Amino acid sequence: MTNRLPIAEGLFTWPAQQPALLASRCRACGIASFPVAQSCMACSGQDVEVEELPGRGTLWTWTIQQFMPKSPYNSGETPETFRPYGVGYLELPGGVRVEGRLTENDPAKLHVGMEMEVVFDTWRTEPNGDEIVSFFFKPVA
Amino acid sequence: MDVAIIGIGIHPFGRTPARSGLQQGAYAARLALKDAGVEWRDMEFAFGGSISAGNADALGNELGLTGIPFINVANGCATGGSSLMTAYNTIRSGAHDIGLVSGFDKHDRGAFNADPAAMGLEQWYGELGLMMTTQFFAMKIQRYMHDYGISENTLARVAEKAFINGSLNPNAWRRAPVPVEEIAGSMMVSNPLTKYMFCSPSEGGVALVLCRADKAKNYCAKPVYLKSAVLKSRRYGSFEVFAPSQALQQVDGPTVDASRAAFEMAGVGPGDIDVMQLQDTESGAEVMHMAENGFCEHGEQEQLIQSGATHIGGSMPINTDGGCLANGEPIGASGLRQVYENVLQLRGDAGEHQVPGNPRLGYTHVYGAPGISAVTILQR
Repeated sequence: MTNRLPIAEGLFTWPAQQPALLASRCRACGIASFPVAQSCMACSGQDVEVEELPGRGTLWTWTIQQFMPKSPYNSGETPETFRPYGVGYLELPGGVRVEGRLTENDPAKLHVGMEMEVVFDTWRTEPNGDEIVSFFFKPVA
Repeated sequence: MDVAIIGIGIHPFGRTPARSGLQQGAYAARLALKDAGVEWRDMEFAFGGSISAGNADALGNELGLTGIPFINVANGCATGGSSLMTAYNTIRSGAHDIGLVSGFDKHDRGAFNADPAAMGLEQWYGELGLMMTTQFFAMKIQRYMHDYGISENTLARVAEKAFINGSLNPNAWRRAPVPVEEIAGSMMVSNPLTKYMFCSPSEGGVALVLCRADKAKNYCAKPVYLKSAVLKSRRYGSFEVFAPSQALQQVDGPTVDASRAAFEMAGVGPGDIDVMQLQDTESGAEVMHMAENGFCEHGEQEQLIQSGATHIGGSMPINTDGGCLANGEPIGASGLRQVYENVLQLRGDAGEHQVPGNPRLGYTHVYGAPGISAVTILQR
């Protein structure tokens, strides 16, 4: 059986039936931040609680990364297998705008304000067979 | 106590395989000292920095070991601006009368690869391919175009102007104009920005000699006065590079804050400025920085750029030496290059790229990761 491991601990609920991105919210000023932080960037408060972010939002802005980044990029791709990928900020209502990779890389199919959902999928497979899971933003059909 | 720039020196930007970054810094420093008519041993302090070419303090090995306080500055794209601000405050405070500011660098080819840990971020952010300044600038202008109606052609026009100005500047790297169609049609790097709309890491060096304003005429027939030098970092809520999340409510960025403080300190307004150097690491940045620095309203850039207002002969000449687009970006030297160019302009010594009409006030602006901005205002 293959192990499916999150790309980082504490980034999203895992394992879970329906995983969700995790944010910290400041009990003093109410500002949310992703990923979870120990203190609040807005008011310097240190009294924060962890909460699940909504799984759906609107695309605030986006681009397509057309060339393969240098290290620390670690996708298991080679220059020959590299495929351009979309990147964007998804506005999660009541939460925060989260940056992430998009499942879509065709600029003609992307526009500011479109509905997207947060999905969780295999990001790369390690030499020992472990699958590393990350989060992605996918257009809502 | 006001502060004057009495000497300037530059090593040509671009690629110089025969000289290390430090040697390019020393070359610029010797020219600046000569321009001011002083010797290295006359300097009471020196501040400087490079990102990829070693400690600026090692300039002592090239120029001579004189015992002065030499502070290495490392502040990303605002390294030069930070050195200059510190020198400005040192002279204003009365601690020293005369000193040197240096910036140089020598980077590898290709986009910068930033280390997440150095920016207070976790490794996954880099592994996923999000640690790219190019993406940030593309996403910022993408949203800006959506909000304010800037066209793709205007992005190409900014780069077209940069290469025209670079062709007039003997110290620039890119010295050939590029047709606007070729810019727009070149390889897409990060939508909507193409290859020619991005600057590249490069090499170069700049040095400035500064002194108390009341002694400036002893050294220099045409001193240029530093009316303000301001550095700001981001506040919560500004849209910044290397941010895994952004606030729902956006506030003004460090450029707006630095600009306002600099104008207040100098006692002048955007309408008084005759020549300006605005950070143009890509063509969208120049567009947005025009408004963020107070030179126009958001959205007015479309008409201003299309009508040629930002060209050397226009009403608001921007990046008259070709900017980052034509000079590349040796990080440690880049912000000081802008100041070098404005001193040339205010002295009337800019040759083929001289702004007409005897300019009196010049403005420089840099922006860098992870959300810092430095502004200077110069007056002859």
